[in-house]
Amino acid sequence: MNIAARNQAQTPLVEMRDISIAFGGVKAVDHVSIDLYPGEVVGLLGHNGAGKSTLIKILAGAYQADHGEILISGEKAEIRNPRDARAYNIETIYQTLALADNLDAASNLFLGREIMSHGLVNDAKMEAETRKIMGRLNPNFRKFNVPVSALSGGQRQSVAIARAVYFNAKILIMDEPTAALGPHETQMVAELIQELKAQGLGIFLIEHDIHNVMKLCDRASVMKNGQLVGTVNVNEVTDDDILGMIIMGKKPAHLAA
Amino acid sequence: MTDTGQAVAAPAQKRSIIDTLELDVRLLGMLVAFAAIAVVFTIWTGGTFVSPRNVFNISVQAVPVAVMACGMVFVIVARHIDLSVGSMLAMCSAVMAMCQAYWLPNMMGLDYGSPIILVVTILVGFVVGTGMGALTGWLVGYQRIPSFIVTLGGLFVWRNVNWYTTNGQSVSLTDPNLLMFGGTEGVLGAPVSMILGVVASVAAVMALYSARKNKLSHGFVVKPLWAEGVMMGLVAGAIMFFVTWLSRYPVPAAKLKRLFEARGDVMPEGYTAMHGLPISVIILIIVAVSMTVIARKSRFGRYIFAAGGNPDAAELSGINTRALTVKIFALMGFLCALAALIAQARLQSHGNDIGMLEELRVIAAAVIGGTALAGGVGTIYGAVLGALIMQSLQSGMAMVGVDTPFQNVVVGLVLVIAVWVDIIYRKRMGLTK
Ligand SMILES: Nc1ncnc2c1ncn2[C@@H]1O[C@H](COP(=O)(O)OP(=O)(O)O)[C@@H](O)[C@H]1O
Ligand SMILES: [Mg+2]
Repeated sequence: MNIAARNQAQTPLVEMRDISIAFGGVKAVDHVSIDLYPGEVVGLLGHNGAGKSTLIKILAGAYQADHGEILISGEKAEIRNPRDARAYNIETIYQTLALADNLDAASNLFLGREIMSHGLVNDAKMEAETRKIMGRLNPNFRKFNVPVSALSGGQRQSVAIARAVYFNAKILIMDEPTAALGPHETQMVAELIQELKAQGLGIFLIEHDIHNVMKLCDRASVMKNGQLVGTVNVNEVTDDDILGMIIMGKKPAHLAA
Repeated sequence: MTDTGQAVAAPAQKRSIIDTLELDVRLLGMLVAFAAIAVVFTIWTGGTFVSPRNVFNISVQAVPVAVMACGMVFVIVARHIDLSVGSMLAMCSAVMAMCQAYWLPNMMGLDYGSPIILVVTILVGFVVGTGMGALTGWLVGYQRIPSFIVTLGGLFVWRNVNWYTTNGQSVSLTDPNLLMFGGTEGVLGAPVSMILGVVASVAAVMALYSARKNKLSHGFVVKPLWAEGVMMGLVAGAIMFFVTWLSRYPVPAAKLKRLFEARGDVMPEGYTAMHGLPISVIILIIVAVSMTVIARKSRFGRYIFAAGGNPDAAELSGINTRALTVKIFALMGFLCALAALIAQARLQSHGNDIGMLEELRVIAAAVIGGTALAGGVGTIYGAVLGALIMQSLQSGMAMVGVDTPFQNVVVGLVLVIAVWVDIIYRKRMGLTK
């Protein structure tokens, strides 16, 4: 376990204990336990289909676990739907981005949490807020008055990121946030992650690029075929150790003890 | 699309008139089509087509379909369909007809013209319509039965429950209060209509102005003042033209005489009165404005569009899409009841075939008006305009002596061509991949 993080707070921000879920016969997540401390970035790694997205969707309220429990700051949490997750200040950037293509950036950013005035949605205010946050995250963003279907992959990604960051998350879930980004934008996301971490957020980061994992994560949990291979402190292992875990599905010998 | 509304000063680029006025190109296309139909039939009929009387009739005839089309926009935007609206209209009409002509007068001993009949009949109709719609919505939203199937079933079921409700009999309607919703029996007269026209024009201008002010207060670029003025002028002009025109349609002298006699008076020599706005058209306007506000400015509307654009995204954003589905169909059912109230009053009777095939006209109106069956896209004004275009076409063709079967052929072709043109336009604009 990460010493620095543990010293900051004895109780983890999130504990997912013994979580299982199956779709038909497929055990997508099979008795997995992971945790997350404030100010910590935990990488979730594994091949496609390992069950990473499914696991974090349970935390985000999109799926209900068949088995297991979730604790938030040490207390048992009932997360039955995405609204419950938001109430626990859990924000999620989904792998699919989960944007309504026919709506503009502001409508997407505030979807489900519209700013109202006199009982009506205040589009101008929401657009102004969107301009503010986008100015910080992606200063080149201009397309405020078009449906997000007209945006590039990177622009769409930045809308999804803005939505997760805007609402003062305590727990941030990022499912392959840099998948659609070029090197420059990826660097901006990396800086954002470090900034949010410094503010004390806990972040689950699903990421394929091993260099980004080594650079950004404090710990890494590796999954294979729905099961947890193991969790390691990133500064105690090499890239090859982690790649070995992903491919072989076993902890390297020098850590296995 | 235009790039107005940006906080950054737009680069000095030549902008077309359409861009400057921020006119929706689609709306413009429909207005042009509408105008073309009007011009062709006006010439063909030697002017009768745009006579105040015919404009009045087209407006009144288009109301039930237009009212339901407003609800259908929400249904289709949310990626559903409602094939049962014609049958729901018939069912509501049957219950309201029995209520006003038998149940209340015979069982409760109420007299025709009693305000209790008016209120209870309308309430019963609304409850039945909303209930049918909510049931549909529950089956679709919570039981996950495709809306096509549920409402296809509803089409058969309600049409025939309607039959049992009246024992297959037609019911002739005479309650004067309820007949007011039909059209000619319920008009506001010229002076009130003109005042309403002025009020509506002022309200429209103020709405445009306050939208502008709101944009300015957040530092967004707005269109030039002259362009705003032109828009205001166009909208107010259209309203005033319509009102003035209907205020030139005289009530027949014989009918006026009867009205005076009914009150025990004698009609003064040379007395005339004009129809002005029918109550049913006012209802349509209220429905269209409210539905537009719901679509654009309420959470409910925002969620309908979000769910239509990406159901998963809506769900993940914490929107209860099942309850949303119930609300959408319940609203559709309510509007069917409203349409039934108007349709039966216009016909002054309830017949078994009331609203027959109306579902197809309603869907056609929404689709001609730009609602995409794939979901996520659609406007209320488009649907109302779609209903008007179809009614004008039919009315015009009837006036120049086109047979009914051929009228239907033309309406069918117009539907397909409208969608075809839309698809080509979207491809050109790069709006679809
Ligand atoms: N909604 C679903 N229905 C059925 N199977 C699913 C569903 N979601 C995920 N799965 C299955 O669960 C497994 C894990 O998928 P996923 O969590 O997306 O993997 P990852 O994100 O690690 O690539 C896969 O076999 C996938 O096919
Ligand atoms: Mg995944």
